[in-house]
This record gives sequence, structure tokens and C-alpha cells, in this order.
Amino acid sequence: MRIYADHNASVPLRPEVLQVMLPFLREQYGNASSVHAWGARARCAVEAARAEVAALVGARPADVVFTSGGTESNNLAIRGLERGNRRAVVVTTPIEHASVRESVAALADDGYEVRNVAVDGAGRVAPDAVAAAVDDDVALVTVGWANNEVGTIQPIAAIGAACQARGIPLHVDAVQALGKIPIDVRGVALLSLSAHKIGGPQGVGALVVRSDIGLRPLLRGGDQERGRRAGTENVAGIVGFGAACRLVGTELGAAAEACIAMRERLWDGMRAAVPEVVRHSPTGPDCLPNTLTVSFGGVRGEALVAAVDLAGVAVSSGSACAAGAGEPSHVLLAMGCDTARARDGVRFSLGRTNVPEDVARIVEVTGQAVRRIRMARAEA
Amino acid sequence: MGRTPRRGDRVVVGMSGGVDSSVAAALLVEAGFDVVGLSMRLWSEPTASGCCSLDDFLDARRVADQLGIPFYVMDFRDAFVDTVVEPFITEYLAGRTPNPCVRCNQFVKFGSLWQRAQELGAAWLATGHYARVVRDPVSGAAQLCAAVDAAKDQSYFLFSIEPRVLARTLLPLGALCKNEVRDRARALNLPVAEKAESQEVCFVPKGQYAAFVARAAAAHRPSAGDIVDETGRVVGRHDGIHQFTIGQRRGLGVQGAAPHYVTGIDPASGTVRVGPRAATIATGLRAVQPNWLTECPVPAGERVQVKIRSRFAPASATLSASGPDGFELWADAGLPAVTPGQAAVLYDGVRVVGGGWIVDALRAA
Repeated sequence: MRIYADHNASVPLRPEVLQVMLPFLREQYGNASSVHAWGARARCAVEAARAEVAALVGARPADVVFTSGGTESNNLAIRGLERGNRRAVVVTTPIEHASVRESVAALADDGYEVRNVAVDGAGRVAPDAVAAAVDDDVALVTVGWANNEVGTIQPIAAIGAACQARGIPLHVDAVQALGKIPIDVRGVALLSLSAHKIGGPQGVGALVVRSDIGLRPLLRGGDQERGRRAGTENVAGIVGFGAACRLVGTELGAAAEACIAMRERLWDGMRAAVPEVVRHSPTGPDCLPNTLTVSFGGVRGEALVAAVDLAGVAVSSGSACAAGAGEPSHVLLAMGCDTARARDGVRFSLGRTNVPEDVARIVEVTGQAVRRIRMARAEA
Repeated sequence: MGRTPRRGDRVVVGMSGGVDSSVAAALLVEAGFDVVGLSMRLWSEPTASGCCSLDDFLDARRVADQLGIPFYVMDFRDAFVDTVVEPFITEYLAGRTPNPCVRCNQFVKFGSLWQRAQELGAAWLATGHYARVVRDPVSGAAQLCAAVDAAKDQSYFLFSIEPRVLARTLLPLGALCKNEVRDRARALNLPVAEKAESQEVCFVPKGQYAAFVARAAAAHRPSAGDIVDETGRVVGRHDGIHQFTIGQRRGLGVQGAAPHYVTGIDPASGTVRVGPRAATIATGLRAVQPNWLTECPVPAGERVQVKIRSRFAPASATLSASGPDGFELWADAGLPAVTPGQAAVLYDGVRVVGGGWIVDALRAA
């Protein structure tokens, strides 16, 4: 039996979404910028999707800029922001996704000062700490709505209020939050979204840009997306993104409840079956419903991920790329873990593909793998 | 210990992204094993000559994907630094010439990697080395033997595998010649079939040992010293003993009618001794920290063949002392440039019976 428990990495394309996309990969082949009837049909589909995406986050459709995904959205928001007459300071946190960190690093290369707002042991950003970090020199605050590695949900409304009090634009990477918890763009100047984390296709996302925010496009060319993102629209992808938004919007509460129930049973099972397990994800309502990140003392995350993969269970550890093998999780480090512990983190992220019976199997497979790894270490 | 490999057993194969380990993985798949590919991240800085580049990982992954086996890149940097790189530096600073590949095999590949393999539930560890593990079909007892392809034989580099790990080791290329391995890679359409060999020490930029050691050991860089000839006369100066190895002729900066060769390095005084070629010839050697691949140490008085470098025709010798702490042997003929820090590997025909680390060259009185 194979079990996919890595929904924070990617969610399978929903069959309903595929059905809506298929015509645009077949007979509906127009370019959305073309003046003829083919173009008009494509354009209509893109605009309908734009309205669906906007509706899910409480935005104006005109503020939605379609992109190639979360990474491009984060790059566009951070590197494309018009600095205006503000001095060059950007405020961020030490637990952001690589696409945010590297975009901020690009600003630092351009001479920006970077201020990091610390997080607590559960990965929470305190709005007061953000308020204390912002002054009139700050051009941008960027904070993830929910953390991809441990699932911590930030108090975005309060952080937004702290930014608004000083008229500072707030960028929020909502890629992990979308489809899992209610998202409201009010108080947020720039909001990054991705389709494949909610059952849409890979390769499409959006940046919601409040109308008063000036943005320099990263991709230059035609005037698609109101001049904010050049390039022929990924019509099928955008249509799929819209369909996925419509679906998750209607299911949000029920899906969250089901995930929370499975996740807590997973945690209870782990705790009962495996000694020395530490939960890094928050235990309260400020955690994504589907995410449980734990570490098993002395068990390297990369070893456990491989061991359970060989037994048919898909989960993640901090770093997903080959070149980064063995790097400690920057998120767990920021939360106060030592380097060894920060290499041990393993993330279970549940979703619509999971059924309650999966939980017992995940616990069984994980427990077996942890015992075997600890035994091999003891014999060495 | 005494197991023989069976179809369906899980095998972790160390995959570097090169043609040898790729073919090794393919042969294991063909033989019906449950094969898991694993690439080792050993070193952080990519080097021009070395491994561990992203390209190598991607090559290994492409091969694994083509073979349809699970594949993972895992981090062994701590073990590599502690057991290979640091000793490499301290050995040079102690006036010896280290052999990092042997240590990497002993501690990292057939140490940490084997442990990781067991963590993944593997019964066997395989690599793309050219050597053979010959098993008694009944008892499963394992012997390490030279590869069929003498030109590619790497058994010298494997002498220090612990017997309990050797018992769980598979070396699928031992019966093949290099050109046969390439042919297999081509026949399987592996993307690395034409990839060039890597020969250098993987973490040192092409041939620049002295610069690497000097940089790494900046804090306690060996001081300058004298170069003295056989008579004790100072014939030159040098700025660090780590630049020298026994038998070296180039780069001494010594003038003279006959060429000078390094015959000895004294780390305490920083003195490098030189002499004529004949002075680099020893007749015996003493080795410590042995690894015996026989039931018990080969006893004194036994005849063996010894290799004092990888590319070295085995020399016939007699053990004059032997035990769990080391051995001493005398060769029938002269041994050129016996070099402290290198391994002395003992053969009985094609079988590796043991080996140790050279600490002294011996000369008959």
C-alpha cells in the first residue's frame, strides 16, 4: 500500500480540475491576447479564472496577476516592488521559503538592509516584534502566512495592522495557507499564491497586487497581465487554478476538520509507538490543519524519509534538493533547535488523498523505520 | 556473517554518477536484487577534478531513474572531514604521505555508508570498485581478491574493510574489464557511458596537494627547514615538509651533478634528507594498524606478496614479525621508495590477506 503524505510539497491534480482544463489543451487553442474569436474565448476563460482566484482571497479580480507559480510570485513581489522614496530596508523572518529568502538576498546585494524578526519555539512571529522592527526607512515587510516546513500560521491581520499604521506594504507568501485555512487579502499589499498546492496544476500561480502598489515587471515583453507580467498566458493552467480555487472554497471547513482529526491521531500514534519523538509543529489552532513536523532523537531526517519511502510512504525532510542533502532546516534552527535536531525533522503533510486508515499504516511504517535506524546506529 | 546473496535481497549501491558504479547498479538490478541507489555528499566545495558536483548527483539520479530504482543523495560530510580530510592534512604535516582513498573506503564507504544501508534495511552494500569478493558457497565466508582486469584492480584500496563488512559487500565489477563495463553501459544506453574517469583525490583541486594542505593548515603550517644530503651537508632550504614525499625528485631546488631524491622526512626538525636513487631503495618495512582478512593474523615466517603502492607490481617478501598490532617484512629484492603513510597490502596470489600502514622503511644492516 502506497501512502502520499507530502501534500505541502504538491497536491495531486483534482480530476474535476483536469476536466475543466482539457478543452484548453485540445480544441480551445487560442492566444488570450489575440483579437479573433479564438483569442476571445481564451481571454474569457482567463478572466473567469481570475475572478475565481480573487474571490477565494477577497481580492478585486483586476488585482490578480497570473504567474508561473509561488516562486515567481515571491520574486515579483519582493524584487519588483517600486521602492518609491523610502530608504532601503526590508523586514522579514528567518523561516521563509527559499524563494523569499533568495529574493530578499537579491535586495541585500543591491544595498538593502535586511531586518530579521525572530520567531519563538513554535515558529510564531509576534506582531509587536514586527511593529518594533518597522520605521519610515522600511520599504517592504515580507512574512509567510503559514510556514511550509512546520505549518505555523502567523497572525497576519495584526502584522498587517502594524504595517498599515506606518503605511508600509506587507507582502505575504500564502502558498501554503491557501486552500487550507481562510485567506483574506485585506491589510496585505501583495499576496503570493500557487495552484498545485490546492489541487490545481503545477506551473501556475498568482500575485495579488493592491491597486496602489507600483510594480516593475521581472519579465518584459508584451503587456499581458496589465503590463505586470509579460508572456502568453498559460490558459489551461490558469483555468485549472480557477477551478481549484472554486472547489477548495466550498470545502475549506470540512477538509480542515478531517485533516485535523487524522493529524492528531497520527501524533497520538507516533507518541505511543515511538520513544523520544518531539513535535515541532504548534499544537494549537495556529497550525495548518494538515501538517505535523516531528523529530526522532538521533534519527537523521534524510535517512527516515528514504526508509519510509522504501516502504511506500511519501514524506519530506527539511531540504528537498540533491545539492542540499544533509543541511539542517533553517526553520528548525530559527525555532531554537540545535544543528543535530534541525537535521532530524520530518514533515508529514496530509490531504484529500488520505483516508483515516492511512494513519495507522504511517505510524507502523515510521515506527519500524525509526527502530531499525536506531538499532543500526547502536551497532555501529 | 556467513550469508550468501539471494535474489530479492535489498542492496544499497553507492552511486557516484560515474560509469563504474552505474554499471554495478545495473548488474545488480539484472541479477534480481532489490537495489537502492545512494549518492554521498562528501564535500561542500565543488572542485574541478573531483566528485560531489551537482552534475554528478544528477547523472547518478538519471541512471537510477532509467534503471527504475529508488535513489537518494545523503550527507556524509562530517564523517568525510573527520576520517579523511583532517587525517590527510595531519599526515602531511607529520612528514608522511597519506592515502585518503583507503581511509575513505574504510571509514566512509564501508563504514558510514554501510551503516546507512543497514538503516534502510539493506542486507548488502555494493560499490563499483574493481575487485572481487569470493564467497565460500557453503559457509559464506568472504575473501577479498584482485580484479580480473589487473590494469584496473583496486583491491589495494580496499584492504582495510573490516571483515564483518566485507562479509556483506558485493563488488559486481570484479570479473569485468573496463572496456566490458563501458560496453555494458552503452548496451544499456546509460547516459554516463562515455563519461571520463576521475583519478585525482576528489577533494583536492587538480594535483595541488601542497597548496591544499598549506591552506587548510594555515594555523600550524610547518616551518621552513634544511635539505641535507647523505653526508649531513645542507644542500638547500624548503618552506614546509608537506611538499615532499619519499622518492620525489622534482621541485627540490638542489643543484648537483647527480639527481637527488628525497630519502627521508623528519617532522621534528623539519629536515628533508636527499640522496642518490639507490638510497631510496629499502629492503623491508614496518606497518601498523593492520587489518587482517584471514581468520587470524598471517604468522611470521610466511611468504607473501606485498604492494606498497596501488600501481606497483607485487614483490615477494617474508614476514619477520606479525600480529594484531602490525607486521614487519623483508622483500626478496629492493623496494623502491617505501613511503610512510602509504599502505602495505599483503597478497597470497590474488587474495588480499591483510595490510597495514607503513611507518618505517627498513634496510638490511
